[in-house]
Amino acid sequence: MAEALIRVEELAKEYRMGSNVVPALCGVSLDIAAGEFVAVMGPSGSGKSTFMNLLGCLDHPSGGRYWLDGQEVSQLSGDELARVRNRKLGFVFQHFNLLARTSALDNVSLPLLYSEMPPTERKRHAEQRLAQVGLAQRMDHHPAQLSGGQQQRVAIARALVNDPQLVLADEPTGALDSHTSVEIMALLQQLNREGITIVLVTHEHDVAHFAGRIITFRDGKIIEDKTNVANDAAAQLQ
Amino acid sequence: MNFTATLHIALLALRVNKMRSALTMLGIIIGVAAVIIMIAVGGGAQARVEDQIRSLGSNIIMVLSGSMTSGGARGGIGSQPTIFEDDAYAMGREIEEIQAAAPTLRGNGQVVSGNTNWSTIFYGITPDYLEVREWAIVEGRGFEPAEMSGAGKVVLIGQTVAKNIFGDASPLDQVVRVRKVPLTVIGVLDRKGQSMTGQDQDDLILIPISTARKRILGAAQAKSRSVSSIMVKVRQGADMNDADQRMRELLRQRHRLQQGQDDDFFVRNLSEILQAQEASSKVMTLLLAAVASVSLLVGGIGIMNIMLVSVTERTREIGLRMAVGARARDILTQFLVEAVTLSLIGGAIGILLGISGATAIAELAGWRTELSGSSIVLAAGFAGAVGIFFGYYPAKKASRLLPIEALRYE
Ligand SMILES: Nc1ncnc2c1ncn2[C@@H]1O[C@H](COP(=O)(O)OP(=O)(O)OP(=O)(O)O)[C@@H](O)[C@H]1O
Ligand SMILES: [Mg+2]
Repeated sequence: MAEALIRVEELAKEYRMGSNVVPALCGVSLDIAAGEFVAVMGPSGSGKSTFMNLLGCLDHPSGGRYWLDGQEVSQLSGDELARVRNRKLGFVFQHFNLLARTSALDNVSLPLLYSEMPPTERKRHAEQRLAQVGLAQRMDHHPAQLSGGQQQRVAIARALVNDPQLVLADEPTGALDSHTSVEIMALLQQLNREGITIVLVTHEHDVAHFAGRIITFRDGKIIEDKTNVANDAAAQLQ
Repeated sequence: MNFTATLHIALLALRVNKMRSALTMLGIIIGVAAVIIMIAVGGGAQARVEDQIRSLGSNIIMVLSGSMTSGGARGGIGSQPTIFEDDAYAMGREIEEIQAAAPTLRGNGQVVSGNTNWSTIFYGITPDYLEVREWAIVEGRGFEPAEMSGAGKVVLIGQTVAKNIFGDASPLDQVVRVRKVPLTVIGVLDRKGQSMTGQDQDDLILIPISTARKRILGAAQAKSRSVSSIMVKVRQGADMNDADQRMRELLRQRHRLQQGQDDDFFVRNLSEILQAQEASSKVMTLLLAAVASVSLLVGGIGIMNIMLVSVTERTREIGLRMAVGARARDILTQFLVEAVTLSLIGGAIGILLGISGATAIAELAGWRTELSGSSIVLAAGFAGAVGIFFGYYPAKKASRLLPIEALRYE
């Protein structure tokens, strides 16, 4: 088997609240291969977001190890993690997290500002990605001038602009209606087909069934990990 | 990430929050403008004093007629005629340090020409007076020896008198009457401006001392040789105190004063007074600048305040930037550059405002202001420093945020 894109071993995270310790993740081990589309499910408070934040190098684990693309990242410093996020990862958030009063184009090129890319290249890349998510006509619009679905598309374009290997999406359809959700899922499936590994958290079974693998969490542990015959979102839209 | 990218990020962020940026700058604008205006006003006052020193002529000592003790009652300055023309000539002759000693007789009267008249003061002088005061004649000529010895009916007039009596016409060879004595105008004096007490130094006329004594001041003066004052110019490089000392000795000797007897004259060292005034106006400039600096400081605290609010308000933005690859130091520089950019733009606007403010004060209030390049550089540098100093803490605070906590911030 080829080297996994993600490998975690006994990954643990506990939060200290004064004197008592809240275990949010209790020894999770798994591999995710490059090109997979994984949905993470589970009840509220089961540790899904905690797990995603660790995968996204946004937080330090309190135990266990994590290799991303063959590199052990659990021991890296803050600056090194920032570099990993900038080069290899893309994030899609439930509430879009776009910069207000800033054009779609500037929002999308944000990650490139922290790379070494020259300005003209940055613009070209951002335009390309916006076109890819179907917003070529909306480059100069501010978030407030876009619908929720369009805003999430801008956010996806932003996640893609640095050509990441892995896109992490924590409830990307959580703030959208069901039709728009399917549109977003179609877009993600499209990207997955182009070779990008996607891990997404969702509460909705309909959404999870667009993925090829469904992992279920409970109380900070994986209780189920199964492959799934993915529904085709694009087909559903017709 | 390079600096242009950081600058780009900071400028974008500032543009997004125009109102907040403008308000933040306001403090700096006012502070910088205040510093420049205050230094300009203080500098103006200082320049005025310096001009006065120049107009008085440097190294001047005045000898005034003193009090004579008669039966225990002492009069004030000039209450008795105690110094004489010959005292002046003796000082000029015998004291090496003295370049010129000019006796003057002072009086006032109406200058009449045709149907215009002007009330002014006149001085009976010798040509030494013009030398002592370094006063040039811009039109016409000075007194000739024959006019000095023969009580010639001639007069030199100051600019103010010339303007008020003759307007734009040339006063030369015109005849004016002072206390009914007709005098021919032979010259016009250069402009001197205001004295340190705010008097118009150009509002006077000069006549030969013999003319004043014999023709104008009347019987009481005609036989006397006393004068109102002697104005002494000390040689360049000579010690003022030595000259002062030797003058006193000479006068005491000439006035036959016994050991232990009080001086019957007063000696006033005018340049010393002016230098003291110059020093105090320097202190005032410093004081004004210090007060204005406080407003710059307050402006800086305003920047810190708004930057701190901005860091809190933009916590999620900071989290997002970190999520997409900003390192702690990128966040630090971004906020620092924002603060410095605000204070520099504010500083630039403040400089313009300060320059126009100083000009407006000069125009409207009639105060003299002196804009100095160094104060502008100082204010600009200070504004930048304020930006760095007060921007650093909020920037550091922003950069210390953990990406996940910043992202989760509500
Ligand atoms: N910053 C924190 N400090 C303390 N406890 C935390 C923190 N973040 C999460 N937790 C706790 O860790 C546990 C897992 O939280 P997590 O956010 O991962 O759940 P989740 O599965 O994403 O839930 P949801 O579906 O509601 O988003 C919860 O018990 C939560 O209270
Ligand atoms: Mg969650």
